[in-house]
Amino acid sequence: MDWQLMLDSLPRFLAGAWLSLKLIGISLVAGAVLSLPIAFARASRRRVLWMPAFAYTFCFRGTPLLVQLYLIYYGAGQFAWVHDSWLWPLLRQPFGCAVIAFAINTAAYQAEILRGGIMAVPVGEVEAARALGMSEWLILRKIVLPQALRLTLPAYGNEIILVVKSSSLASTITLLDITGVARSIVAESFAVYEAFLDAGAVYLILTFLITRAVGAAEGRLMRHLQREDLAKVPSLVPLGS
Amino acid sequence: MRLFLIAALVAATIGFQGQAQAQDKVRIATEGAYAPFNFKAPDGTLQGFDVDIAKVLCERAHLECTIVAQDWDGIIPGLLAKKYDAIVASMSITEERKKKVDFTDKYYQTPARFVQKKGANLTISKDGLKGKTIGAQRSTIHAQYLQDNYADVADIKLYDSQENADLDLTAGRLDLVLADSIVLLEGFLNKPDGKGFEFIGPELKDPKWFGAGAGIAVRPGDAKLKDAFNKALAEIRKDGTYEKIDAKYFPFSIY
Amino acid sequence: MDLKGFGAQIATGAGLTLLVAALSLVIGLAIGGLGAAAKLSGSRPLRVIADAYTTLMRGVPELLILLLLYFGGTVLLTWVAGEYVEVNGLGAGLFALSLLCGAYTTEVLRAAIQSVPRGQLEAARALGLRQAHVVRLVMLPQVWRLALPGLGNTWLVLLKDTSLISVVGLEELMRKSAIAAGATHQPFTFYAVAAGVYLLFTTVSVLGISALERRARRGLARA
Repeated sequence: MDWQLMLDSLPRFLAGAWLSLKLIGISLVAGAVLSLPIAFARASRRRVLWMPAFAYTFCFRGTPLLVQLYLIYYGAGQFAWVHDSWLWPLLRQPFGCAVIAFAINTAAYQAEILRGGIMAVPVGEVEAARALGMSEWLILRKIVLPQALRLTLPAYGNEIILVVKSSSLASTITLLDITGVARSIVAESFAVYEAFLDAGAVYLILTFLITRAVGAAEGRLMRHLQREDLAKVPSLVPLGS
Repeated sequence: MRLFLIAALVAATIGFQGQAQAQDKVRIATEGAYAPFNFKAPDGTLQGFDVDIAKVLCERAHLECTIVAQDWDGIIPGLLAKKYDAIVASMSITEERKKKVDFTDKYYQTPARFVQKKGANLTISKDGLKGKTIGAQRSTIHAQYLQDNYADVADIKLYDSQENADLDLTAGRLDLVLADSIVLLEGFLNKPDGKGFEFIGPELKDPKWFGAGAGIAVRPGDAKLKDAFNKALAEIRKDGTYEKIDAKYFPFSIY
Repeated sequence: MDLKGFGAQIATGAGLTLLVAALSLVIGLAIGGLGAAAKLSGSRPLRVIADAYTTLMRGVPELLILLLLYFGGTVLLTWVAGEYVEVNGLGAGLFALSLLCGAYTTEVLRAAIQSVPRGQLEAARALGLRQAHVVRLVMLPQVWRLALPGLGNTWLVLLKDTSLISVVGLEELMRKSAIAAGATHQPFTFYAVAAGVYLLFTTVSVLGISALERRARRGLARA
């Protein structure tokens, strides 16, 4: 083990971590925004709404993210008309491609999580709110979303960690994220263990911090509940995926 | 439970083969994404100049060779980890690499060149490349050259394979690609996708970056294999076998 | 669609994808059984090891684990075994995916085992059933039913994660498509074909899993 090399490559890993964080942050937020209409369409009883939403989530959850990333990055370049489109300035950059791929992918997962939360809000509460004369928008904002968020927080935490892990795929399209830095160090110095163990440690720290933050947020959102109520809150953590 | 055991056994036998180190069994790695030197044919077989040379050398040295494909990124680590015994993959003999592996004599030598979109009229100089995006394959002499000379003015993007760099040039993400001139000519410019592109700038062959031609890499200290290859190489150079293989791929000598 | 002669290769790759996913699931289930047993055992060291294992697999990207095992596995195994041991793309891929699957199934099985009502086990014991019978007749059928959704999910994750092995050179579906894409300069065509094949696999899997779930629930009153 070459400790000096591990120490020397630290600044590069910090730069890599910054790029990874930007990727993860932008993708998560863009994905969350995109997931809202999809989740409500998916929870709707109208066919024109739920069927496209279902197709979207099914396709993006049913194929590997790596395929989606390659389709967007290498695939888009195959057609001349793409070059002339308004999207090209974004698609031209590997960073833009990675963000698009990660965002539409996580949107599919987040939409499913959110739908689960929306469906789990007791119908009685919504009816009670209607009976009080609240508008649909107000009900959504004050009753449905806060509860859905609380119910789905563990699942969201899980999804954030999955996005952190998936962000390592950015290294396959020339980006120097944490994994990309590790791979270029291996290419330069052949120091396999040093580079990959360094990178692994950076990811572990990231996921540890996120787990902690989600745990704290959960504690805050649940603070009004008594212990016995807490036990009744259904857990919606999807295992794996 | 029995199912688990059977599956574990199957996995163990196909996955982790304890390798008896037989004397004359040699495994050779090539990349398989570097046409016309080495590439995968539609039927999945490895073909190309490197592959043909490797086969002939093994035949002459009475070695029983198997040729495997290995990504360029991990090709030297794989050799050092004994995944295979030699690399015949158009690897340039450089001082930097000599610190890690031993090389045979060169088996061919070709210059490097830049390729641009037709009519882009770029000038190959620090000023001319300011703000341009240049692509090359990762862990190559070309990548090293770009990094040493243009990293401060241009944006340099490194790819897993030369094919992916070519794809990004056609996609318009790159202004220039630097690579071996033959690989660019035969693997890209002479193909339908390369029609809109052309060479620009002089042939680059400064040994400081571009080494002393392509050699076969073996593990450091493996003199036996190195000598066997060198002897066979001298033989095929002398008796015309080399020229025949050369002529199969190129209208000129690349030695 | 014109696949330029690469169709047969892509079909072979698709077969390898299924094989790798299936083998990893079987080995992963065995690891998961051991992991769940360790997590629920009274032994503190066993619990700590199992926790460290699942935390590590949950916190580090699959791609990184795969790269580490592929490049570092040979050296490590050779050192452990004392003689030269080869780890090829298939070996590293199977090993990494099995470990990953093992971590997921550890949690799935642990949760399922814990969800079997205590009272039922006590009742079975009170009826005089031997411990082996309690496990086989009362516990396992319910663990199976409770774990099925989680296991089905793990299978779907596994199926998609096989695509990562392409990065270390195993010629499964994704890799074959990438080779064809590079050689023909038609990346969209070939990655779209790959996506279609994956989608087919997941669709069939989802249908199969829900059939299994229906079967496992057959004794249960409709809730």
